[in-house]
Amino acid sequence: MSEIVFANPQDDEMVLNMGPHHPSTHGVLRFVIHTDGEVIRKAYPDVGYLHRSIEKIGERCTYPGYMPYTDRVDYLAAMFANEVWAAACEKLMDIGVPKRAQYLRVISCELNRIASHMISLGAMAMDVGAVTPFPYALREREFINDFIEELCGARLTYNYHRIGGVSFDMPAGWREKVLAWIDHFLPTMDEFDRLITNNEIYVRRLANVAVITAEEAVSHGLVGPNLRASGFDWDLRRDRAYSVYPELEFEVPLGRGARGTVGDCWDRFWVRVEECRQSAKLVRQALQKIDEHPEGDVQGELPRKMRPTGEAYVRIESARGDMGCYVVGDGKDECYRARFRTGSFNSLAVIEDKSEGLYIADLVAFIASLDIVAPEIDR
Amino acid sequence: MKQQEIFERLHAKHGGAVTDFQAGAKDPWCKVDPARLVEVCRTLRDDPELDMKFLENLTGVDYPKTNEIAVVYHFTSYGKRHDFCMKAMLDREDPSVETLSGLWQCARYNERECYDLLGVIFEGHPDLRRVLLPDDWEGYPLRKDFTEKDDYHGIPTVRPNPIDLFAIKAKGKA
Repeated sequence: MSEIVFANPQDDEMVLNMGPHHPSTHGVLRFVIHTDGEVIRKAYPDVGYLHRSIEKIGERCTYPGYMPYTDRVDYLAAMFANEVWAAACEKLMDIGVPKRAQYLRVISCELNRIASHMISLGAMAMDVGAVTPFPYALREREFINDFIEELCGARLTYNYHRIGGVSFDMPAGWREKVLAWIDHFLPTMDEFDRLITNNEIYVRRLANVAVITAEEAVSHGLVGPNLRASGFDWDLRRDRAYSVYPELEFEVPLGRGARGTVGDCWDRFWVRVEECRQSAKLVRQALQKIDEHPEGDVQGELPRKMRPTGEAYVRIESARGDMGCYVVGDGKDECYRARFRTGSFNSLAVIEDKSEGLYIADLVAFIASLDIVAPEIDR
Repeated sequence: MKQQEIFERLHAKHGGAVTDFQAGAKDPWCKVDPARLVEVCRTLRDDPELDMKFLENLTGVDYPKTNEIAVVYHFTSYGKRHDFCMKAMLDREDPSVETLSGLWQCARYNERECYDLLGVIFEGHPDLRRVLLPDDWEGYPLRKDFTEKDDYHGIPTVRPNPIDLFAIKAKGKA
C-alpha cells in the first residue's frame, strides 16, 4: 500500500498495512491496522501466505510417508509435529513404542523446545530493540542443531520419529556431549537473565503491555506458555501425562505478574526462559535414565500393512502448547483425513481482540510475546 | 468422568439432541443435532460436572458416500481432566450449523477455517470469510470431489513429469 488511506477523514482514522514482509511478523504474516495516530483501534490479521495444504497432502500419502510433511507444519519445532503424527498413528493402530524410543523422543523434543524458545526469546528481544540477546540465543540454538544433526542427520526438518519408535539410536559419545552442554547452558540462562530478562529498560517496555487474563486465555483457546503466562496451571506433560514424562521430574512455571500484571508480555517472556531451564533438566534426567533400557531397541513392531479404520485424536505439549492431531482412517493405505490443531492459530483471534488501544510499537511486542510462527497458522 | 457418563448426562438433559454414542471408538464420540448444537454446548461448558472450558479442536470431514459433512468438535475440561468429542452431521448439499463463537472466542477463527476448506456455513458467525485461501478461490479443497484447476491467475498448478518434459524437449529439437 503506497498511500495512506483514511477510513474516515473526519476523525483521522488511518488504515495501515503491516507485513507480510515486516521483519517483526515472524514469518509471512500481514496485519491491516486501523489507527488513530500511534494508537491502534483494531488490527486484523491476514494469514494464508504460507498455506501449503499439508492436510490435503496427508490424504494422498501413506501413513509413514506423511512423516516428512509433518516437519513443515512448524519448522521451528518440527520434532513435535513428528511426535504428534506418530502418536496419532500409534493410537489408531494400537502400536507399542519401546521405552528407549520414548526416552529418545522426550530428549529430542525437549532439545527442540529449547531451540524453538531460543528463537522466540531472541527474536522478541530484537523486535523491541535489544539486538544483543539474539546472537546469545542463537549460539545455544546452534549447539542443539548440531546435536540433532548428529542424532538424525537434519538440522531443521528432522523426520526423526517413526510410527512405533524413532529412526536411530544415540550415536556413541553423544550423551556426554549433551550433558556437558547442559552444564554450560544452565549458567548461560542466568547470564541471559542478567542481560535481558531483568533488564530494567526491557522490563518497563513489556510489563503491563497487552495483558491477557486467565479467563480470556481459556476462552480464546490459548495453550502452552501463553496460557501458563496468564497464571493458568496446565501442562499436558504433567496433567495428561503421555510418553515417559511421569518418570521425570520437572516444574511448570506460571506467570506471577512479578514485574507487572499477570499475563502481560513480560510474563510470557519469562515463562519461556523458565521452560528452557526445565527442559534442560528433563533432558539431563532422561539421558541418565535411558540406559535402563536395552541399546538399539528403538523401533516397535509394526503391522505388515497399515490400513486402519476408525479415528483417533491425540494431544501433546509442543513448544507452542497443545498440539493435536486428528486422524481418520478408512481401511486404505492413505488416511482419510489428517488434521493438525496448532497453538499459533488461536493466537490470531487474541491479537484481533486485544489490539484495541495498543501502540503500534506494543503490537510488535505483543505478536512476538505470543510466539507466533506463521507456518503453524497456515499449515 | 468417562465419556459414557458425559454422554448420559447430556442425554438426560437434552434427550434426542445427542444420539448414537460410539462407545467402542478410540475416542468415544456422539452425534449432536445441528439445530440444537448451541444449547448442548452451553451445557457442556457451564455444567460444573462437565466443565468443558476449552474447545480444543473444531474441524470437518467430508463423507460423499453418505452425502454428509461432519463437523467434529473436541472439548477438554481443565478442571475435571476429561475430554469429549461430538459430531454434527450436515447435509452435504447445504451444510450449515449454528456458530459457537458466542460461547468460545476461539471458535471464530476455527469456524472460518472450516468454512474456508470445507464450505460449511456457520449461521450467526460475525465474520465468515476465507482465512487461509485467497478470497477469489473457487471450491473447497478438503471436499473429496475437489479437483485442482490447471492454473490460478495464470500460474500453472501442475508441472509435467520430468520424463515427459524430456520427451517434449527432444521433440522440440527434432
